[in-house]
Amino acid sequence: MSEVTVQGGQEVVGVGRIEGPILVVEGAANVRYDEVVEIKDSHGRLRRGRVLEVGEGFAVVQIFAGSTGLSIDGTSVRFLGSTLHIPVAEEMLGRIFDGLGNPIDGGPEPLTDRYADVNGQPINPTARIYPRDYIQTGISTIDGVNTLLRGQKLPLFSGAGLPHDQLAAQIVRQATLGKVAGAPPTEGEEFAIVFAAMGVKNDVADYFRRSFTESGALTRVAMFLNLADDPPVERIVTPRAALTLAEYLAYERDMHVLVVLTDMTNYGEALRQISNVRGEVPSRKGYPGYLYSDLASMYERTGRIRTSKGSITQIPILTMPNDDITHPMPDLTGYITEGQIVLGRELYFAGIYPPVAVLPSLSRLMKDGIGKNRTRDDHPRWGAQLYAAYAKTQDVRALASVIGEEELSEADQKYLKFGRAFEREFVNQSFTENRTIERTLEIGWKLLSMLPKKELTRVTLDEIAQYYKGDDAAN
Amino acid sequence: MSDQVGTITWISGPVVRARGSRNVGMLELVEVGEDRLVGEVIGLKGDQMTIQVYEETAGMQTGAPVYGTGLPLSVELGPGLIKSIYDGVQRPLPLIEEAMGSFINRGARFDPVSREKKWKYTPKVKPGDEVKGGAILGVAMETDTFEHRVMLNPDDSGTITWVAPAGDYTVAEPIAKLKMGREEKTITMLQRWPVRRARPFTNRRPANIPLITGQRILDTFFPVAKGGAAGIPGPFGSGKTVTQHSIAKWADAEIIVYIGCGERGNEMTEVLQEFPHLIDPRTGRPLMERTVLIANTSNMPVAAREASIYTGITIAEYYRDMGYHVALMADSTSRWAEALREVSGRLEEMPAEEGYPAYLAGRLAEFYERAGYVNNLNGTQGSVSIVGAVSPPGGDFSEPVTQHTKRFIRCFWALDKSLASARHFPAINWLDSYSEYIEDVAGWWREKTGKDWLTMRNRAMELLSEESRLSQIVKLVGPDALPYTERMVLETTRLIREGLLQQNATEAVDAYSSVEKQIRMLEIVLYFHERGMAIVKRGAPINLIHDLPVVDTIIRAKSSVTNEEMHKFDDIQKQIDQQMGQLDAEYRS
Repeated sequence: MSEVTVQGGQEVVGVGRIEGPILVVEGAANVRYDEVVEIKDSHGRLRRGRVLEVGEGFAVVQIFAGSTGLSIDGTSVRFLGSTLHIPVAEEMLGRIFDGLGNPIDGGPEPLTDRYADVNGQPINPTARIYPRDYIQTGISTIDGVNTLLRGQKLPLFSGAGLPHDQLAAQIVRQATLGKVAGAPPTEGEEFAIVFAAMGVKNDVADYFRRSFTESGALTRVAMFLNLADDPPVERIVTPRAALTLAEYLAYERDMHVLVVLTDMTNYGEALRQISNVRGEVPSRKGYPGYLYSDLASMYERTGRIRTSKGSITQIPILTMPNDDITHPMPDLTGYITEGQIVLGRELYFAGIYPPVAVLPSLSRLMKDGIGKNRTRDDHPRWGAQLYAAYAKTQDVRALASVIGEEELSEADQKYLKFGRAFEREFVNQSFTENRTIERTLEIGWKLLSMLPKKELTRVTLDEIAQYYKGDDAAN
Repeated sequence: MSDQVGTITWISGPVVRARGSRNVGMLELVEVGEDRLVGEVIGLKGDQMTIQVYEETAGMQTGAPVYGTGLPLSVELGPGLIKSIYDGVQRPLPLIEEAMGSFINRGARFDPVSREKKWKYTPKVKPGDEVKGGAILGVAMETDTFEHRVMLNPDDSGTITWVAPAGDYTVAEPIAKLKMGREEKTITMLQRWPVRRARPFTNRRPANIPLITGQRILDTFFPVAKGGAAGIPGPFGSGKTVTQHSIAKWADAEIIVYIGCGERGNEMTEVLQEFPHLIDPRTGRPLMERTVLIANTSNMPVAAREASIYTGITIAEYYRDMGYHVALMADSTSRWAEALREVSGRLEEMPAEEGYPAYLAGRLAEFYERAGYVNNLNGTQGSVSIVGAVSPPGGDFSEPVTQHTKRFIRCFWALDKSLASARHFPAINWLDSYSEYIEDVAGWWREKTGKDWLTMRNRAMELLSEESRLSQIVKLVGPDALPYTERMVLETTRLIREGLLQQNATEAVDAYSSVEKQIRMLEIVLYFHERGMAIVKRGAPINLIHDLPVVDTIIRAKSSVTNEEMHKFDDIQKQIDQQMGQLDAEYRS
């Protein structure tokens, strides 16, 4: 393994205590908080770690690769004097790295003298540009009612066995710079992709690699892989290493970068493990009290800044344990990210792809990227109307399950029909179908036209006159 | 002024321990490490001090020095605060950007209030005047229209010996001299005040004027008084921030202090980019000219998040002391509580509920009690109203921060995930929310509108709770089983929900409803109900009422009638009369 080694640094032979992935080094003086260490076992093999706590004459070190095979006297620790840095370069696109940023594709070390701190630095809110440009993903449930903007962080909340990987792959494949409805397509607005895998299975990483290859995107993808059988502690660094590269590409090379992080739930577990070993006071479900701040330190590395043309858009993927959206991982993520796309098991069982549960899904930034001169004037109200109608459908379904469909009023029966059509025609689309924004709007209006005109109170009367095509159109 | 007082012995995240002098004060501001990062002493034991550091500690070394300042953590107060954006410890973010680029680096130190900018100052005292703490010495024009009243520090009093003539001065230049006992003190427009100490006032006044926000569900249904405290809890995606932004935009306060505490960077950027372009309907000036922003986003150091709340409230109190109405938004107090928890955890304190320290309730009380409508030391009256967002984990209101907050606020705006999912915004649940200010502000409504707001408001609430009971039945047996009179209630409450309670913050006409518009809308809906009920009781089928064209007109009135077109409501009332009149005639026999 090739190391970025800072020359010098004090070396301590022998350690005081080893507990899980944590090492307590005694007799070290003036250690820096968060600095990188190099740990040598009795066979001379190297692994890396980082300082979690320093006190008088001792330092607590977290070992990325785990402590297997380390002994009290046979281990020596060298303090490297700086925080963890990785090399960053444009040529890292098209390459595959391990969770710490070392190449694992057999290629050479990236040729660069630019090293960046994996922790990054907070973006000054005054330096940001508020996101306004939408990304056309070609997926109706996203473009139409949960629009993704460049510089937004929009997670996929999923469950075990749901097709979140396919959806993420489809988004990555189809994403282009959004245009006003009806504008002709243009080429060349392609995204650079930074992909980080934390604790996912080999198959999943393989799936993404294949999908990138098939779409010809592989040359603009950098992959950081920490797979299920890799050391869990390394996972703490993986998303940070990926984001460090993304920041370089976006803010120094003016590229538009899509970052896919999967699976954040595994990341959270690694963090919890470290916290437990250190005996910290746990908050909910054993997760540390600083989980929110820790997640924010990654999710907030998204956006646009005034000094660069580039942008970072994040799509973290989380599998909700037991499909529970109130679990700390999705819950705290939802508080930080700008919305969420939630996948639903019921739709999945009904054979709908992508099974996006529309009601709990949300894009907070949507309002600023759609409408006149961006997509189409009626888009915001059209979206609110679809939501309201689909929410009403849920009430009607509940009622129908009690009193039976025949007993429903005429208007309610129309809602039932609308709901079914909404799921089959709007939500449902094929894995390869890339819908334009005008197509999505058109389907939406077609569905709304199934309802009586009087029910459509969210859209304006002019819009009804222009787009409504129902039986009710005459009166 | 800053001597070394200790040497770092232990570092864990934002908490640092050092050993050294026994003369360091509790809550003293210190500078930590070679980079001189800002920190505050939060614990003392023998020669050991515990410090929370307001900047990122990565790379800090044991053995590095700690410098004392002898001062508590304070803010600078003076003209130039308005239009500023600060981090949690009052460092001006635009200057940090200028000096360090797009990312916030460590060790940045800038004057919070510009020392160069000159303000047009007019004295209001003359030599020989006896002045007490808080006295207004003169006024400086902070914006073209905003009068910044320069006050004597509350702790000082004495005889004025010299006054600067009217003219342009910086905050560093003397504007008066004051004889205090034997000493003569030079007064500038700038003062410092420790953030953790509430600024004094003479006494509290009853809070009986509503803070008008232009949001119908708040003003009409759950009003907060000027000087009151309101909490707005809700799960993610339920619209806390949008509601906070709406209040910050439209509340009839003279100064807005907006604290983004542990929230998203883009949200602060949105405020920064939007407010200069929005016009305050009352003054005709850009909204930014009454706004002070404190931004400590979720990725900025956690200890400064704890401080940001105090920095904000101290600035709010300072403007209150001048005799202004100030509204403070804190988004989100849960992040502040989590910062407390994180620091407490690193200190290995005994945790109480969910890992929060036992003093959580005490800290929340201290904060919310700094709200109030008061008589100031200088005889003026001013208020600080607090609107605190709460982000309960999993949307569960039984968690400690929500529960403790409820004890110290009198107005509770409960956000509801299912309303938000149906895109009913603001997603404030009318059955879970409450306001204890309703009776207090009823007199104001009567005086202002000449109408009996209280009775109408209570009537509407009665209908809404009736609806909730009826909808239980509807869920079981369907609406057809209900008698027409009860279905009439459902017709009316639909108008209340869709026409009144729903409000679109992004639409120009609907974003802000004047008090007059709010009460007229309420009146129209209730009038519709009374007329409809009379007809239904005579046996007219409910669907005839449901199909009246005026129903749609009422629902759309929120965005079709502007605040200046109150006469249009008379037309709507006429339409009700006409359409109902026909039905009435048919079923009268």
